[in-house]
Amino acid sequence: MKADKNFYMQPVIELAGLGVRFGSRDILKDLRVSLSGRTIGLLGPNGAGKSTLIQSLLGFVPLTSGSASIFGHDIRTQQKQIRTVVGYMPENDSFIANMTAVSFIRMMGELSGLPKDSALERAHEVLFYVGLGEARYRPLGTYSLGMKQLAKLAQAIVHGPKLVILDEPTNGLDPPARIRMIKLISEMRAVTNMHIVLCSHLLRDVEETCEEVLILKAGRIVHYANLEEERRANKRFVELETRGNDTGFADALSRLGCETSTAGYGRFKMVCPVGFELREIYRLAAERDLQLRRLNYRRDTLEDIFLKAMEN
Amino acid sequence: MAVYKRTYKGYDGGLTPQWSRFMILPRYSYARLFQSKFLLMFLAVCAIYPIGAAGFIYIAHNVSFLKAINPQAGTLLDVNEKFFVYFCNFQSVMAYLLTAIVGPSLVSPDVTNNAMPLFLCRPFTRSEYVLGRMMVVLYLLAWITWIPGLILFGIQADMAGWDWTKTHLWIGWGVFAGLFVWTVVLSLIALAISAWVRWKIAAGGAILAVFFVGAGLGAVTNAVMRTHNGSLIDIAQMMATAWGQLLRYDTGNGITSTQAWMVLGIVSAICLWLLSRRVRAFEVVK
Repeated sequence: MKADKNFYMQPVIELAGLGVRFGSRDILKDLRVSLSGRTIGLLGPNGAGKSTLIQSLLGFVPLTSGSASIFGHDIRTQQKQIRTVVGYMPENDSFIANMTAVSFIRMMGELSGLPKDSALERAHEVLFYVGLGEARYRPLGTYSLGMKQLAKLAQAIVHGPKLVILDEPTNGLDPPARIRMIKLISEMRAVTNMHIVLCSHLLRDVEETCEEVLILKAGRIVHYANLEEERRANKRFVELETRGNDTGFADALSRLGCETSTAGYGRFKMVCPVGFELREIYRLAAERDLQLRRLNYRRDTLEDIFLKAMEN
Repeated sequence: MAVYKRTYKGYDGGLTPQWSRFMILPRYSYARLFQSKFLLMFLAVCAIYPIGAAGFIYIAHNVSFLKAINPQAGTLLDVNEKFFVYFCNFQSVMAYLLTAIVGPSLVSPDVTNNAMPLFLCRPFTRSEYVLGRMMVVLYLLAWITWIPGLILFGIQADMAGWDWTKTHLWIGWGVFAGLFVWTVVLSLIALAISAWVRWKIAAGGAILAVFFVGAGLGAVTNAVMRTHNGSLIDIAQMMATAWGQLLRYDTGNGITSTQAWMVLGIVSAICLWLLSRRVRAFEVVK
């Protein structure tokens, strides 16, 4: 599907000093950010305010301060417009046990504004798409946990929303089901112009699917990262342990663009520039008849970013 | 299912008008409710009295048939406000029982299964949700209360002629307004109880208890305190008083129609408040 260029330029979610309070407790405090990625990850430890942020964006929770908008629609005053273009997959079990999957998804489609016939057709389509085609006439109450998660995903996308908010979509799934769910999310992102907000405390899920990450801690934004840019800009950290005469080795590495520091006893730490080939290190070592006893290299993972954010 | 349809695609078709969406909930509820043979049988039983009453009106206007049975019968059978009061009383009891059957399954499955966020994350408000669920009971009750009541009034008007109709239009209005208010009050009580009592059997019992307990306590209060004010907690008495005003007869329970309407208004307001506390997308756990 060809996407409208302006569609991607427009901020998906804008938070302007958003604050939420329950009783005397501040749950969200002065959140300010503009998110425009295709897939946005909401990360944070339990109780950080991720679900509350989602609920406030959907208008379930009244704001105590600030404002926010989704696709330019104010969440205080234009809830109906927002809810027309948003799909929501809640964290907890949410369904009507004695309804069959197809009639439940159809009803949800109709409530989103789809005409009866279109809702029925799309209910079948999305159930096949998420992998529940064969079980679509079974009552939802008889579904396993993994199937219920898929049914929740189906109801979130039945009306073809522009933005889907997924709250802990891999909760309680076994590894194959988790892989299937992540694959579905990635596919949705690839084949449509849909934006996805993925709320999770599982870093791997977010890392595999998201471009932008917002990390919350105790109701505040502690870090915002554009993972795509970070991946591009990310330098490689290399640790070396050598044996032999290493005179001039650090200088030679620096001439190749590496930031190098020596730690004594033949040990070096270096930050390699973008496009740096590790074989250059082997070449330099061979030229100096230097033995390489150990070479470790790694990228800054989302886990590093998350842990740094938590420390801050 | 065609293979090409197994790939997800967006939706760019038309949307239904916003105002009509509350009608979706009753449609799905009826699909489930009418699978019950017991409900179908009960609805058939509810039609017996109106059919009998229609026959009564026919006989009352068929003088030759009446005289053949009994020469005095013509004076005994008179279709007046009392006839419609009996109709209202009987059908209101049936409506009450029907509410106890249908009511418990209205909101409780959605609350129990945490389905509220799924309804309310769509362009569908809490008011529309309540209205939609209320329509499930209102439709059913209408078919056994004020619709047959107005049909009977129409039959009587047709047989008695324009003069009778002109002078007795207030009966038609009384039947409609009285029974409509009764169905609204019953629907609200059923919704509120269904929202708070998750177990269906208990919810059905609670709907019955609201009336029996109120009537019992009211009677005890009246007897002990030697007053009429105990009847103020008896919703059925309040409704009877309201009908008394609309159909111009004296219930003799000592309650004024103003008091009755106020109590009915307060009961409805309490039900709406209870619903507003429960029909929410999420619950704050304290």
